[in-house]
Amino acid sequence: MPLLAIENLRKTYRTPDGETQVVLDVPGFVLEERQQLALRGTSGTGKTTLLNCIAGILSPNSGRITLAGHNLGELSESQRDRLRAENIGYIFQTFNLLQGYTCRENVLLGMSFGTGVDHAYVRHLLNRVGLGDRLDYRPSQLSVGQQQRVAVARALANRPKLVLADEPTGNLDPKNAREAMKLIREICGENDAALLLVSHDRTVLDQFDDCSDLAEINRAMQEVAQ
Amino acid sequence: MTLWLIVRKSLRQHLLSTIITAVSIGLATGLLMSIVAVKDQSMRAFTNVSGGFDAVMGSRGSKLSLVLFSIFHMDKAPGTLPWKEYEDIKSDTNRIKTAIPIVVGDNFKGFRIVGTVHELFDVEYQQGRRHAVQEPGRMFKDNLQEAVIGGHAARRLGLKLGDVFQPYHGLDYNPASKHEVDYVIVGILEPSNTPADHVIWIPIKGLQNMPGHDLGKKTEVSAVLLQFNSKLKGARLADEVNNSNEIRDKTIAMIAPEVTNFFLRFEWLRIVLSMMAVLVALVGAGGILASLHNTMNERRREFAILRALGARRGTVFGAIILESSTITTLGVTIGFVFYSGFIALSAHYIADMTGVVINPMEPNLVMALAPAGIVALGTLAGILPAMKAYRTDVAENLIPQT
Repeated sequence: MPLLAIENLRKTYRTPDGETQVVLDVPGFVLEERQQLALRGTSGTGKTTLLNCIAGILSPNSGRITLAGHNLGELSESQRDRLRAENIGYIFQTFNLLQGYTCRENVLLGMSFGTGVDHAYVRHLLNRVGLGDRLDYRPSQLSVGQQQRVAVARALANRPKLVLADEPTGNLDPKNAREAMKLIREICGENDAALLLVSHDRTVLDQFDDCSDLAEINRAMQEVAQ
Repeated sequence: MTLWLIVRKSLRQHLLSTIITAVSIGLATGLLMSIVAVKDQSMRAFTNVSGGFDAVMGSRGSKLSLVLFSIFHMDKAPGTLPWKEYEDIKSDTNRIKTAIPIVVGDNFKGFRIVGTVHELFDVEYQQGRRHAVQEPGRMFKDNLQEAVIGGHAARRLGLKLGDVFQPYHGLDYNPASKHEVDYVIVGILEPSNTPADHVIWIPIKGLQNMPGHDLGKKTEVSAVLLQFNSKLKGARLADEVNNSNEIRDKTIAMIAPEVTNFFLRFEWLRIVLSMMAVLVALVGAGGILASLHNTMNERRREFAILRALGARRGTVFGAIILESSTITTLGVTIGFVFYSGFIALSAHYIADMTGVVINPMEPNLVMALAPAGIVALGTLAGILPAMKAYRTDVAENLIPQT
């Protein structure tokens, strides 16, 4: 059984003009356990919407998403929250670190809603991303690259089966982006976590053997292109 | 632990508004507890401070003035009674256990000089406790110009054993109205925490015969302090005297009911002050609501991130409720500090003015009810902002707002 399976997923938005716009129309998509897949997509191709639907943050209008054997559509909101807390790590383009919290606390929060707090593992993760000496620094006291590494550590904090990465290097220069991407892939591999990354950055995409065009799986974008 | 971490971070980030809100809640809590506790404890203390007597007989007029004047050494006497009235009531041994005459009309630098008989000091002012003179002093002799002074009065006036003073005429200190007669202090009373500590006691004949006093008043007393053989007999006697059509010149005032009535007169003030305290508490709760509500916009992203990490709606709701109850609990804790200050100050002031001592540490139901009520109020104030946090749209608020 694949880790993630999507069937006939459809998500629409209401435009300010009152029209219904189809953002996602995915007939089928599968991601295996420990698979690392990059999806290429430019701005406005439904990348974030797709990841939010997989994470259970957004509910699709129709279709079926099965994650780790659970059909998201059949779960209540709090069950989806629980599933997300225990199975998904999310890396955002803007990192979304909590500014008032230290590195240690940001990572701690990443695990506290799911598997439970493990201070030793927090220290291990921050050591692993090279921030063992910055445990009590706040995000504002770190460079952008360092903040990104905290976000990576946080995404791995709950030992997830799936890491979703939404333009994770979008705020980094090419050198830092390459290094960050290398780190994300390594650390996902070490933790047996599958990685689903969406990006438009060629520097990032080139590092993946397994890379697809989002437009190929999202029919809504094909219609726009035509 | 996670909830507490979220709350702690928020309180630190909004430290100033947290402190201001907590202090205002503290003021309300402290004020509310103080008003009720001071009233209750004062009433109890004043009711207990009867000098061991049941009633006071005096010239007809305000019974409350008579009690305040005779027992608490405040206010003025409604008039005087002939010495014979004292002798008559004293001889009613069927109903009267003890009758002690007092004469008041002079002062020394504002402290009242009370003329009495030394039998007064044989009366137990509280169960098992009598006024005693500190060693090496002694009680005054009835036929000499000697005085025994209350401990508080001695301390405030700087008088000690062997000192000589000259009384001033009237109840209020007027340097121009000095009596040219010397009194020597032969004893200082042990502290009794009663109004007796604030008085200078001299033989009754000394005051009656003081040069400069009206000669016609030589055989009069200001009041007679009474102990009854039984409460029932005492009540009947008071009834007879007070309701008689023939006796129009005297009255018997029962001490405990008069003190209770005295406090009931100020019930309106207690209610007004309590209402003010409740209003301050409401303002404090409103402050919590406003400050939390105002931070909701800036915290939407925080809640969205927490939700994206797996926090449930209930978790963010709970975090806000915990935050409001924490601010209130902090305020209530500050309230106990204010309360300690208020009540200690009140106790000091009351003791200084009247000699009646209230116990600031005495437990009172309001010390449990007021904090519980205010914490509940503060927690309720968190519901509206918590609902806002509960409804945070995750996907929409994960994107940084520019």
